Amino acid sequence: MADVGAALDLADRTREADDPHSPVVRFAANAPLRLDAGVDFAPLQIAYQTYGALNAARSNAVLVCHALTGDQHAVNDHPVTGKPGWWETLVGPGRPIDTERYFVICPNVVGGCMGSSGPASTNPATGMPWGLEFPVITVRDMVRAQAMLLDYLGIETLFAVAGGSMGGMQVLQWAASYPHRVFAALPIAAATRHSAQNIAFHEVGRQAVMADPEWRGGRYFAEGTNPRRGLAVARMGAHITYLSDAALHRKFGRRFQDRDNPTFSFDADFQVESYLRYQGITFVERFDANSYLYLTRAMDYFDLAGDYDGAAANAFRGTPTRFCVISFTSDWLFPTSESRAIVHALNASGARVSFAEITTDKGHDAFLLDEPELFAIVRGFLEGAAKARGLPAR
Amino acid sequence: MLSRLKHDLTMAEVARGPGGSRIDLLVVADMVEPGARVLDVGCGDGELLRLLETRGVDGRGIELSREGVNECVAKGLAVVQGDADTDLEDYPDDAFDFVILSQTLQATRRPRVVLEHMLRIGRHGIVSFPNFGHWRIRLQIAFGGHMPHTDNLPYAWWETPNIHFCSIKDFRQLCRAVGAKMEKAVALNAWGGRIRLKLPWWFWNLFGEQAVFLLSRQD
Repeated sequence: MADVGAALDLADRTREADDPHSPVVRFAANAPLRLDAGVDFAPLQIAYQTYGALNAARSNAVLVCHALTGDQHAVNDHPVTGKPGWWETLVGPGRPIDTERYFVICPNVVGGCMGSSGPASTNPATGMPWGLEFPVITVRDMVRAQAMLLDYLGIETLFAVAGGSMGGMQVLQWAASYPHRVFAALPIAAATRHSAQNIAFHEVGRQAVMADPEWRGGRYFAEGTNPRRGLAVARMGAHITYLSDAALHRKFGRRFQDRDNPTFSFDADFQVESYLRYQGITFVERFDANSYLYLTRAMDYFDLAGDYDGAAANAFRGTPTRFCVISFTSDWLFPTSESRAIVHALNASGARVSFAEITTDKGHDAFLLDEPELFAIVRGFLEGAAKARGLPAR
Repeated sequence: MLSRLKHDLTMAEVARGPGGSRIDLLVVADMVEPGARVLDVGCGDGELLRLLETRGVDGRGIELSREGVNECVAKGLAVVQGDADTDLEDYPDDAFDFVILSQTLQATRRPRVVLEHMLRIGRHGIVSFPNFGHWRIRLQIAFGGHMPHTDNLPYAWWETPNIHFCSIKDFRQLCRAVGAKMEKAVALNAWGGRIRLKLPWWFWNLFGEQAVFLLSRQD
């Protein structure tokens, strides 16, 4: 592959991990995060953004959970790339998750690289980034850390928790772990467990990272290298899974990139190749390779049925939370059948659940895009929930 | 789409009660105990669920058409996209106090299986359907020699979503077959008025354009 571009200086990379461009809470060493891996992690740091204002009753908080490669910058320009926030379509003033009405909190997940404790964060014991010394984390650990953040912010109950993909897994875990802290839950393009196919895709991505000689067993910070190529290839592969055949065809077809004829070489002749390379290159500017390993692993381990005696329904037994499950017709990574399995589990547990499948050819990424039907459903669901919750009408 | 079409065929589309609700839905709603847990199978655009919510009922819905579901969810109703023929088996026994099939049964592929699931999932079942024994329909078949085609049944036979029409008499036969106890029955005439209870079944079967049955499991 051609040069993947001048990535940021490694020192800058660890700077965002340690001193992010967002509020951050640093928990004391005696307030560790208890991890599923069986260790107490300390000192824990959580970076987060908030939008809107918390009301006097502290009843209008909405937690937004980001996906695998997202971060806390949901509704503001990204401090590294300068691009708009990843959920500005859905969250903001007058948007379905209306920041003039709700107090939106978006934390960076544990294991991430944008300011919450993760493998790129500095290990205070060594003064170097944790790298693979960082403990393996799970979606449940992410949620536990978010609960610590809410305690710190003085928010007992969330009006709603919303998120897509890995964010949707966190939503389900929130409802399972803290049913009385979640009034309404919006898992979008999610699943009760990560499928074998999805684990397989993740493994390919991890192997791409680890096959890069610059990865150095995860010690690339210490050795002054950066596995850009491996991470870029991982991103390219993953990106295909976020789209659909139809969307790729609509966007690129078989068109050539800046040329009229094939070059009979391995240049990026096709627009789709050029696009994927660009996706890979821009990704490595803002993301840590080890973080990618940890977060994909966390998703792989997600299995509500496995955690709750073999049936996902047990995770929601007697839940007071109301749910709105949403899937997309062309999403083959988290297909509608996975959302139906969520609905099945919720029905079996007697939960109040809505479920809508949205027609789109945009694939898994549709939850991040301009989908008017998605907006109408999220708005309507939250409207109904706000009424039931006794929040003042807008 | 299906249920929107389905609802078009009810005469009660024009017959509305004082609150603006369709008479057949009011009859159904009157059979539901306040505060009950209700599953409306084939809930369409959610009109019945909304009516029930104003009466303090905890209502859920299943709807086949994506448009119907999305409209319901956008209204804040708890509705899931699903098919009465395949998805009812996912629901646990006794999950609801009432399971409702409002203008839905005739559009299912296996009405008997649907009815059995209904009585398994709910303590009570409420079924409303257009009566194929109504005199006008009989006249069309007997003297017109073709499938009924009226303002309320606007579809040609090859495109109607209603694939399992039955008369009141036929429905009672199905109730006996699945061991359902008929607790209450109401027939509505062509103007949405209730036909008096004392009259015999054959009269209902001839003059009832709509029928609403409250059922429960035979003990």
